[in-house]
Amino acid sequence: MKKLINSVETVEDEMIQGLVKAYPQYLKKIDGHNVVVRAKKKEGKVALISGGGSGHEPAHAGYVGEGMLDAAVAGAVYTSPASDAILEGIKAIATDAGVLMVIKNYTGDVMNFEMAAEMAEMEGINVKQVVVNDDVAVKDSLYTVGRRGVAGTVFVHKIAGALAETGASLDEVQAVAQKVIDNVRTMGAATLPSTIPASGKPGFELAEDEMEVGIGIHGEPGTHREKMMTANEITDHLLEKILADIDYSGSEVAVMVNGSGSTPLMELYIINNRVADVLAEKGIKVVKTFVGEYMTSIDMAGFSISVLKLDDQLKELLNAKADTPAMKA
Amino acid sequence: MTDQKKVVEILLNMAKVLEENKEFLTDLDNVIGDGDHGINMARGFAEVEKQAEGLEQKDIGNILKTVGMTLVSKVGGSSGPLYGTAFMKAGMTIGAKNEIDMADFLGALEVGIEGVKARGKSTTGEKTMLDAMVPALDAMKEQQAAGADAKQVLEAGVQAAEAGVEATKPMVATKGRASYLGERSVGHQDPGATSFTLMLKEIAKAY
Repeated sequence: MKKLINSVETVEDEMIQGLVKAYPQYLKKIDGHNVVVRAKKKEGKVALISGGGSGHEPAHAGYVGEGMLDAAVAGAVYTSPASDAILEGIKAIATDAGVLMVIKNYTGDVMNFEMAAEMAEMEGINVKQVVVNDDVAVKDSLYTVGRRGVAGTVFVHKIAGALAETGASLDEVQAVAQKVIDNVRTMGAATLPSTIPASGKPGFELAEDEMEVGIGIHGEPGTHREKMMTANEITDHLLEKILADIDYSGSEVAVMVNGSGSTPLMELYIINNRVADVLAEKGIKVVKTFVGEYMTSIDMAGFSISVLKLDDQLKELLNAKADTPAMKA
Repeated sequence: MTDQKKVVEILLNMAKVLEENKEFLTDLDNVIGDGDHGINMARGFAEVEKQAEGLEQKDIGNILKTVGMTLVSKVGGSSGPLYGTAFMKAGMTIGAKNEIDMADFLGALEVGIEGVKARGKSTTGEKTMLDAMVPALDAMKEQQAAGADAKQVLEAGVQAAEAGVEATKPMVATKGRASYLGERSVGHQDPGATSFTLMLKEIAKAY
């Protein structure tokens, strides 16, 4: 393992401290926990909290700020934060309007956030939640934990955060967050695995001529392995799955081509070139595109494509003002 | 009968064996999960170890509740809340006792396992820790009913847990992160079932 760290035990702490020191105008850290909140709390609006394991930077702390989140909780690398840290975050941002938790659909994340919500409710805080499950690589069924929450979560932060900023009610903010979840689909692929600092070993092994298709954001292996493809071939493959899942025909969409950590922008632009062409060919109108690193997997090489179907409300909120370290609009 | 001192001693042995098997459990998790199970279990029990000094003064119910709270609040992931819930429920079942017998232990384990099922919305056959826990409990209850001594009861439990771990290999995971792999999870043993078996073995070794 070759990483620019000081010790595996302090990775998360030092990362959060470094982030807050970079953006003191936006962020502050809660003492004793890796919880980041807005530098200046805004009262009178629904407060949004998200979080998850570390290793997905800039998610989620990078999205704390005006028009997006009020707090982000960072667990150990690839591990859901514990409920006491989440509770501290909820307490720090709670307003009379209530708190919305944006949870990615993983067993640990859902359990820890729900336990924190139960404790917050005992303290008189009104907490609601949405669970993001945008990954079409995973089969959704009654008998499994369902789809994973991946990069589409950033659209939830953006849009629900924008509505919360207008003073909308908790029910309204929850409803729009759910609307984003219902209309966003994502799928990814990897060309190289990631290495958790504390383990020191790659999460899986790939031969030089192989790629992992349907990869998650925790270095967990994907749904299957294929021979290395060209950028256009893998893009077509992922888009096919995404577009088959909900009916995008004739609609306006936002696109996110998200890098996993070790894939250069050069390659992401090549992928987006294909995404734009394929969508145009199908009569799907792209009104906004995001290309870059929005939800990474430490040093994994790979990418995901997210396509969000828009209506007038979602479009307006997507374009509304956001001012955070990792996203501005 | 087992007193507080022995309970704490067993917990410390569990911490030691989880630290020793950190890499093994993490390697198992790497194949079908996200590769942090060993790290999280070791981290959680290291926290328990830090509190060990004050623990002996508490009654057994409180010792187990403290362990549970520590795992729930400090570990995160899914093993934290699941094992944490099991210990908390077991502690609540035992209550303010300074000595417990095998019937107390099995009763507490049963309630703890029910807690894992509820918290994880899971049951046996889904390639999880429950696939070692449930057969182990059943085997121990059977031995206990047949009048076996503590050593025999616990050894039967360990054997059933080991068989349970083995039985997770052909299973298709439907809960936890291994479920994303679907059929590709077949052929690999479940890390959670494995860590439970390691912990149960530490209990058995004490008798």
